[in-house]
Amino acid sequence: MSKTQEKDVIVRIADVDKSFDGERVVKKLNLDVERGEFLTMLGPSGCGKTTTLRMIAGFEVPTSGQIFLEGEDVDDKKPNERNVNTVFQNYALFPHMNVFDNIAFGLVEKKVKKDEIRRRVEEMIRLVQLDGMEKRMPSQMSGGQKQRVAIARALVNRPKVLLLDEPLGALDLKLRKQMQGELKALQRQLGITFIYVTHDQEEALTMSDRIAVMNRGRLEQVGTPEEVYNYPETKFVADFIGESNIIEGYVEHMTEDSIEVTMESGKAVIPETGYRMEEMVYLCIRPENLKISTEQKEGFRFRGQVREHIFIGSTNKTMIEMPNGQMLKSVTPAEDELVPVGTTVNVYWNPGKAVVMRTKEEQIYNVIEQSVEIEGMRNDQIF
Amino acid sequence: MEKRRKVREFKPGSVFYACLVYLFLYLPIFVVIAFSFNTSEMNITFEGFTVEWYGRMFENRQLMQSFVNTIIVAVASTALSVIIGTLCALGLYKFEFKLKSMISSSLYIPIVIPELVFAIALLIFFSSIHVSMSMVTLVIAHVTFSMPFVVITVRARLAGFDKSIEEAARDLGANELRTFFRVTLPMISPGVISGGMLALTMSLDDVVVSFFTAGPESQTLPLKILGMVRKGVSPDVNALSTLMILGTIVILLTATLIQGKLEKKM
Repeated sequence: MSKTQEKDVIVRIADVDKSFDGERVVKKLNLDVERGEFLTMLGPSGCGKTTTLRMIAGFEVPTSGQIFLEGEDVDDKKPNERNVNTVFQNYALFPHMNVFDNIAFGLVEKKVKKDEIRRRVEEMIRLVQLDGMEKRMPSQMSGGQKQRVAIARALVNRPKVLLLDEPLGALDLKLRKQMQGELKALQRQLGITFIYVTHDQEEALTMSDRIAVMNRGRLEQVGTPEEVYNYPETKFVADFIGESNIIEGYVEHMTEDSIEVTMESGKAVIPETGYRMEEMVYLCIRPENLKISTEQKEGFRFRGQVREHIFIGSTNKTMIEMPNGQMLKSVTPAEDELVPVGTTVNVYWNPGKAVVMRTKEEQIYNVIEQSVEIEGMRNDQIF
Repeated sequence: MEKRRKVREFKPGSVFYACLVYLFLYLPIFVVIAFSFNTSEMNITFEGFTVEWYGRMFENRQLMQSFVNTIIVAVASTALSVIIGTLCALGLYKFEFKLKSMISSSLYIPIVIPELVFAIALLIFFSSIHVSMSMVTLVIAHVTFSMPFVVITVRARLAGFDKSIEEAARDLGANELRTFFRVTLPMISPGVISGGMLALTMSLDDVVVSFFTAGPESQTLPLKILGMVRKGVSPDVNALSTLMILGTIVILLTATLIQGKLEKKM
């Protein structure tokens, strides 16, 4: 995804706002979805991800802003006039139709010839492995089978974009894992753009080409699973995706290639630049990168007490209490030797494994600074 | 296990009790059927078997005319009730508007109000707007009291309706009208049918409202029978009643069968 290359944008969400009874659920959302990619919209319930999906499908109309499908503004297009299809959370199969008629529904509406309908539906039934179930009614099927019908019913129309609204939410864990793999394989095989909504961060990490993390109606970060996991841009992303140790501090000293961050419980040197003196920052360290040692490590003055070891199969999780009461988590392979509970230890991490994030106040400060610059005014007149 | 068995066993006492209940319910009907085959014109003793009264009944042109009237009124009022009632129920389900709760509870008024009061109200209404009583007023009157039943049965069906199923149809390329006929209507059809059956039976045997809103040319069967029994119950009324019972049973059975089939599918 190099910036110089011409991007093939299939869905463009531009400055979209959506309010229900005066309550803003989607705020100034901007997002480009590229042709053929598997994009996941991830966020806690109520973050506006499903509303965004419903706006792309046409079930909701944006309060302001525009949505483009293949470059065309679809503001006045009804759901039946858009070349996208949806897989609903609760399947939403037609209970009075059998599997064949459910899948054929869209083709019948498009007035496709009968023998072609038969051929395409049968092809779909094979693709989702429901052979021999053509005559079954939805009430006679299990959750996983119903989900396959719902997917086939949408895909048979060869949509430009397939929208999936937590499609695996109602399935048990094992079936969900299996369906995740199948969905990903289907997407690769057909090359259709998938926009997938989920609150399950693990699901998002395993399936997606890109993840768009949403919180309270705003887009927090868009990036590949590796990017959002390893380099979270906001505290929310760091917290929501995977486990994280998030430590607050401020920049006390600066050298040419590093900053020294002072936290409530100690100090650490971070090889990062571009911060101001006294700037408030968050450090985000994944538990697998947080290490403990009885020896003092260079660049760290950060000590805590081992409180508890939790055995989680292949790994051990060690809880370390810092002087200010914060609990830090460190995950180590199960075969590693454990430091006895109660020992005072030095906490450290490999330089580069800590992600430094500006606090929200700093971000707002930067935004104001930028906009003031744009307007051609001198910063120091205001600040 | 032990307990369940006990419930399933027939006790002679309960069998006897059940028989008494059924006897109480159906004995009068059997008497009517029996006397319709009686040679004697008096409904006191059974003197011999005959089908003469059935023949006489069919020869009675006035009686036949009122029978045809009844069918026309019943079918027309049922069709109208089903259409208006279903649309009303859908509107109440889909849209939020002011005074919604007041409008939906006002639908029960024709059901709870004494029928006589309702009939007189209709009579006064029609005469005050100078409409003379005819088949049309009769049909309108029947729609007013049977439509709420359709609304109630269809709303009950809609209570468990998943809106995303309609959205799925829209998503798959069906417009509003196609969605209604291919998805919504089939799904609520058990409610529509039972509402229609209620409307039909209520229209077929209505006396009170019909008495006030029928014109001289639009006498219905119940009104005709009422007129005939004033002069004593004649055997041809018995014959007619027997046929009506038979007709009702047939309609009831078909309705149950259709409904069972529809519900089994879903």
